[in-house]
Amino acid sequence: MLAKNMQVVYKMPDALTDVVTHYCPGCTHGVIHRLIGEVIDELGIREKTIGVAPVGCSVFAYNYFDTDFAEAAHGRAPAMATGLKRVHPDRVVFTYHGDGDLAAIGTAEIIHAAARGENITVFFVNNAVYGMTGGQMAPTTLPGMTTTSSPRGRDVELQGFPLHMAEMLAQMPGASYIVRRSVHDPGHINQTRKAIKAALKVQLNQAGFSLVEILSNCPTNWGMSAMESMNFLKEQMVPFYPLGDYRIADAVKSLIVK
Amino acid sequence: MTRELWKGNEAIAESALRAGLEAYFGYPITPQTELLEYLARKMPEMKRVFIQAESEVAAINMVYGAAAGGARVMSSSSSPGVSLMQEGLSYIAASEVPVVLVDIMRGGPGLGNIAPTQADYFQLTKGGGHGDYHPIVLAPATVQEAADLTYEAFDLAEKYRCIVIVAADGNIGQMMEPAELPAPRQIDKRDRGWELTGAVGRERRIITSLYMQPEDLEQVNVRLQGKQKQIEQNEVRYQEYLLDDAEYAVIAFGTAARVALTAVKWARAKGIRVGLFRPISLFPFPYARVAELSKKVRALLVVEMNAGQMLEDVRLAARDALPISFFGKMGGTVPFPDDVLPEIEKMVG
Ligand SMILES: Cc1ncc(C[n+]2csc(CCOP(=O)(O)OP(=O)(O)O)c2C)c(N)n1
Repeated sequence: MLAKNMQVVYKMPDALTDVVTHYCPGCTHGVIHRLIGEVIDELGIREKTIGVAPVGCSVFAYNYFDTDFAEAAHGRAPAMATGLKRVHPDRVVFTYHGDGDLAAIGTAEIIHAAARGENITVFFVNNAVYGMTGGQMAPTTLPGMTTTSSPRGRDVELQGFPLHMAEMLAQMPGASYIVRRSVHDPGHINQTRKAIKAALKVQLNQAGFSLVEILSNCPTNWGMSAMESMNFLKEQMVPFYPLGDYRIADAVKSLIVK
Repeated sequence: MTRELWKGNEAIAESALRAGLEAYFGYPITPQTELLEYLARKMPEMKRVFIQAESEVAAINMVYGAAAGGARVMSSSSSPGVSLMQEGLSYIAASEVPVVLVDIMRGGPGLGNIAPTQADYFQLTKGGGHGDYHPIVLAPATVQEAADLTYEAFDLAEKYRCIVIVAADGNIGQMMEPAELPAPRQIDKRDRGWELTGAVGRERRIITSLYMQPEDLEQVNVRLQGKQKQIEQNEVRYQEYLLDDAEYAVIAFGTAARVALTAVKWARAKGIRVGLFRPISLFPFPYARVAELSKKVRALLVVEMNAGQMLEDVRLAARDALPISFFGKMGGTVPFPDDVLPEIEKMVG
């Protein structure tokens, strides 16, 4: 019980389960989960939300969200979410995936979900690396960045160029809301939270495909301390993957609170 | 009900609609495409979900999602497309959601051709994807049977929460025959306690195939195997022709069985006491019945439109009880009764 004239200003979101996560110390998946949980609470949609997370570090997301949840095959969350959403159009369906998942093995599925204007919301966590399998090169690994499968640094001549997914998906007429955010400091975390809310509101208004790309860290596989990884995020990732609103369809402009 | 002239692919599609199909996800491939096209015409006007996916990989994962949401759902394809679906099918088998898949088999391996074969027998009946599981596999020999088995496939998939595959060779998909399609029915939309519908006033539900503790995954496998045993006990289907007094038997399924039956009748006319055994369920395979048969007759002839795939199951059932010969046509060439009759005569010696 709270004493008189005290009020709750901070608590565990109802949309999250009260368990210890498996994420590494210093990893921002926890922050992003919390933001999504808070927004689900705020919109009052916990009971109508169904999450889908494919293979990757977030494959256990079903343990952390107190909503109905499906675990998808590597790359196939947008397809699985399409099936779920089409048979439950009045439910809120979101996917949550990494960059290897969305920008390599699942590139076709994400592009076509956007092309169809599938009324789902995608949270795309870009940490520039394959986290779960131990730090191999991802499609979003920065040029020159060292990973276990680019041990001499990513050589774009040999290993190709990184993909800018938000920019690519913004070309699709079916996409309604495509933005990129980062979680390297409190101000940017707040911006990310607003984008998560806007994206879910797009879906609640039946306004089509929404995606928030969230630049994130991976201290373990980047071989850095938590602080160093935050600095890397700010100083290396953000300049290479500029933050911003890449597509905000006219129909959804009114839903966005700046 | 009326008898009408139906093309196999369209009869399957219409039968699925009448069985209560709510959502379909597929990708064009010959000789299956009319099935997808028929549903593309019918489903939107019936306010049901139809999506032409970007690939068979996407299609089967859309199917997985819709099935996880509790809908009556199916996909259809032909051999190369079914190969692409195998990872998704393995996830579906593991997470025990009901799914119906139609495979209108064509020539392989590789791109092969679009002619009818039965060369997906191994892929379909032995699991196909990774891990220990078998879908139920039903093999029609006529357009009528294709429609009937498709209709029933949805009930079986829901009863066992498993994959049911209707395995027809391209012949059955493409040919037209008179058939009487089953009546349209309403489906029971009661909550079954596992589907994802949003956790309204209840505990959340999870559909997953991930169990990091070996002991947990072992338990899941034990349960799946138990279900499989039940299926093996309850769902064996086959048909016998002229076997009562037979001294010899031909074993064949699908189109090959129709061809073989003509040859069997010709052989009878020549005084050879031969009959035909036609497995309808390829998984569960009628091992026990084939074992009995192999004790009764003097020799068996297996006829298939492949290099001898079901042959291995016949051998498993018959052990070394009797001589077993094989006649197969590959690459999309179809056997004729004239090809099979000499094989029967050879078996008789
Ligand atoms: C079909 C398939 N291929 C490969 C894998 C192995 N695998 C698991 S997670 C993963 C990488 C995921 O990286 P990303 O999507 O960037 O997510 P993160 O782990 O960084 O969160 C891979 C390759 C798999 N599970 N399935």
